[in-house]
Amino acid sequence: MAKTQTKKPVVRRLSGVNEFSINIGTENGSGSQTANLTLLRAIFKMGIPVSGKNIFPSNIQGLPTWYKIRVSQSGYVGRRKEADIVVAMNPKTFTEDQDDLVAGGLFLYADDIKDPIERKDMITVAMPVKKLVKEAKPHRDLRKFVANMVYVGILAKLLEIDMEPIKAALEFHFKGKESPVEFNMMMIELAYKWAEENLDLEVPYKIEPRDLTDNAILVDGNTAAGLGTIYGGMHFVSWYPITPATSLPEAMLEYAPKLRVDPETGKSTFAIIQAEDELAAIGMCIGAGWAGLRAMTATSGPGLSLMAEYTSLAYLTEIPVVIWVVQRVGPSTGLPTRTAQGDINLAYYLGQGDTEHIMLIPGSVKECFDFGWKALDLAEKYQTAVLCLSDLDLGKNQWMTEPFEYPDTPIERGKIIWEEDLEKIKEDWGRYKDLDGDFIPYRTVPGNTHPDSAYFARGTGHDDFANYSEHPDDWRNNLDRLKNKINSSKKDLPEPLITKRSGAKNGIIAFGSTDAAMVEALDYLKADGIKLDYLRLRALPATDQVLDFIRSHERVYIVENNRDGQMHAILSLELPEKSEDMISLAIIDGLPINAEWIRESVLAEENV
Amino acid sequence: MAEKAKKVNEIGLSKEDYKGKPSTLCLGCGHNAIVGQIISACYELNIPPESLVKISGIGCSSKAPTYFMERSFGFNGLHGRMPSLATGALFGDTSLIGIGVSGDGDTASIGMGQFKHVTRRNLPMLYIVANNGVYGLTKGQFSATAEEGLALKKQGQNRYVPVDIVWEAIAGRASFVARSFSGDPQQLKALIKAGIHHKGIAVIDVISPCVTFNNQDDSYHSYAWGKSHEVALHELSFVPPVEDIKVQYDKGETIDVPLYDGTHIVLKKLGQDYEPTNRAKALKMLEEANDRNELITGLIYINPKQKALFDLYNLPDVALNRLPAEKLRPSVESLDEINQLMY
Repeated sequence: MAKTQTKKPVVRRLSGVNEFSINIGTENGSGSQTANLTLLRAIFKMGIPVSGKNIFPSNIQGLPTWYKIRVSQSGYVGRRKEADIVVAMNPKTFTEDQDDLVAGGLFLYADDIKDPIERKDMITVAMPVKKLVKEAKPHRDLRKFVANMVYVGILAKLLEIDMEPIKAALEFHFKGKESPVEFNMMMIELAYKWAEENLDLEVPYKIEPRDLTDNAILVDGNTAAGLGTIYGGMHFVSWYPITPATSLPEAMLEYAPKLRVDPETGKSTFAIIQAEDELAAIGMCIGAGWAGLRAMTATSGPGLSLMAEYTSLAYLTEIPVVIWVVQRVGPSTGLPTRTAQGDINLAYYLGQGDTEHIMLIPGSVKECFDFGWKALDLAEKYQTAVLCLSDLDLGKNQWMTEPFEYPDTPIERGKIIWEEDLEKIKEDWGRYKDLDGDFIPYRTVPGNTHPDSAYFARGTGHDDFANYSEHPDDWRNNLDRLKNKINSSKKDLPEPLITKRSGAKNGIIAFGSTDAAMVEALDYLKADGIKLDYLRLRALPATDQVLDFIRSHERVYIVENNRDGQMHAILSLELPEKSEDMISLAIIDGLPINAEWIRESVLAEENV
Repeated sequence: MAEKAKKVNEIGLSKEDYKGKPSTLCLGCGHNAIVGQIISACYELNIPPESLVKISGIGCSSKAPTYFMERSFGFNGLHGRMPSLATGALFGDTSLIGIGVSGDGDTASIGMGQFKHVTRRNLPMLYIVANNGVYGLTKGQFSATAEEGLALKKQGQNRYVPVDIVWEAIAGRASFVARSFSGDPQQLKALIKAGIHHKGIAVIDVISPCVTFNNQDDSYHSYAWGKSHEVALHELSFVPPVEDIKVQYDKGETIDVPLYDGTHIVLKKLGQDYEPTNRAKALKMLEEANDRNELITGLIYINPKQKALFDLYNLPDVALNRLPAEKLRPSVESLDEINQLMY
């Protein structure tokens, strides 16, 4: 049953030094992203774990947008429901922005907003934004943009954020360009000085330098996935713009020309093409995959729907292709700028007929990189579509991660055969003939000059030699082999990550970006006296380890960011005998699942 | 029976080497004539079958690649989406010759979007539309190229005006646009040859009658109508470089169109003065021919110098699909630099 995020207050375990959340409400298109990222990066550089979530509208300018910064020395980087500090820059959301603040929290607002302030239980600071901007004398075109630097300066003073990391963050943002850095710094310093001279407050939140982020980088999942794909040796990318996937191919457009030009010839070892729609994007990728190129595309739910028919073709004709799905809220156009895990079913079974695809589900930015290259290997090894299921929260937001690690296995091209290989097996070879008993045939690709190399690929029925066939045995044998082939990939799929608590009888399964909230929720539940073993699923079809985990627990909760419990349904089909013991904890409201909701949902089920 | 030496072309292949599986299309289907001319053209052009790929969509037309050049790679893809498949495939090895076969349903209805974009991108390939004005494989529905007022057995009368594939191709900035007729094999063969040698997309809209569902004498896609209404713009020949010196150009009577690889298209004037190098004039000529109820055939538009898709990419000389794995993965050091670049 779907649950709503309740307003039941949670005992706050987080407060004070290096433990707080900031909600910043602005208008989109006002340049607030620069200010927000500056704050985030400065705190990160001071050694305290952070996460930044952009809750933005499907619009370019003028609608409300929020940025949520979580500062957590304990390392909790999931979304928190409430905020300790609220910065209200947008008159349109002035009242509702106050609602998010905890009792005793800090409320900063632009003093030109004249709406009444209802709450008395907060520390209130009216920021003279217009006055300070006037003092800074920015060029008229910049006025709107630098206004947001006022709250950076005031927060820097109140929270004791150093100026040096702030400057470093601006330098990074403006890629070293001096004038915007200097101008923004001047604005920040003016605001800092104003706070110093005018505010005499006891603020319960502070930044104290730590060394907890020394070996971490701050990056979004789409950039990581794009880089992983580049290091995976992609040859060909075709894509069509769609929120929130677009920044993934855009990252490749940025980095591939730097990383994938052959130093000997000066030529590109890849091609990226923006298609006319998703139908063409996937079609080009499958053409490229057929011709022996490592091909990938990236999309979101609506685009994935359009890719269904071609993905079904890739499955049947056994052509490698990688599809990154950065999920947003559906059905239909849904909430294009909000996060979900609602395309699990669509992706897993994408296409007409009996299909079931290899699916990788990264749960961190680092895994976006790792699965970026692994997906290409798996696609070529198993000659099929591999779908990587990310989501808006993971793909578009800033996450701390360990630095990317170089792939630890060489590029896997699978059973591609060229002239001399074919010459050795030409007597026996058929494009769809299982010569090795591992369900994977050998494949030739266009350009092979061996006179026996050519075959005719088709989405219709075919025999082992790719001849058209409507024979019942050919159809059944082929489809059975395909099923076996996909199942045989389990040995190469990322195993689930299991965290045990001694004495736990029940388990909990989650996947993808939900991991951040899970880690936090499990700590809360431990304090509540609830012990749960935790399995983070990282791929489908489910491996034995996953099934054994379910079998070996009395009860297993499955947490996911959709309405119907799609993963719960898939796992229930895998283990019908345990389906009554699998309990779906599913919610979709456009926001990343938070730890409090997981805790409350489990407590309700455990009758505590 | 006496052993007779098989006739072979300059690369030692017989015509048999260019054939495919026996056709399962209807007897007399215009598409069989197209298949026959592709085989003859490729044989005469001495194309190694392995250097060619055949791509098609769905429909009777799209079955055609099965019936020619069995030694070439082929892909019978999805309805209306042959262009995207071809685009990806040809990036694999840009030295390959691409032949796409599509139909009027495949190109002018479900595939209109991909058709317009592949012409705009100028993907080097021969794009043949076997155009019969009717859906054959689903047994006789109107296609988007069927003329207004056409009557079909189960469908009644066609309410809509037709799509003109040649017009659409020109508007889509295709760099080579021709129309031909299955009943005019010599012209068709010459156009196929020229299209293969053209660097860019070569669209040939071939009126190719469906003898089963749409061959009534008064149908615009029938043999009878084609024969009585065809007006060839010119007598067209394709001249490979070796024959270049043998051809006598009669200046006033012929137009010579040199292609990028040293071959030529020579157009001998027939009734009217027509130079196929101006997009606006081509559209005007089509409109006038339409008013006169003529089936204009021949090379309608060509720009041999338009940049082709692969000219826009900095691709290596060796085929992308033959690049060794070590060329595909950046160095360990580069990843350290990337990590440094991140915040």
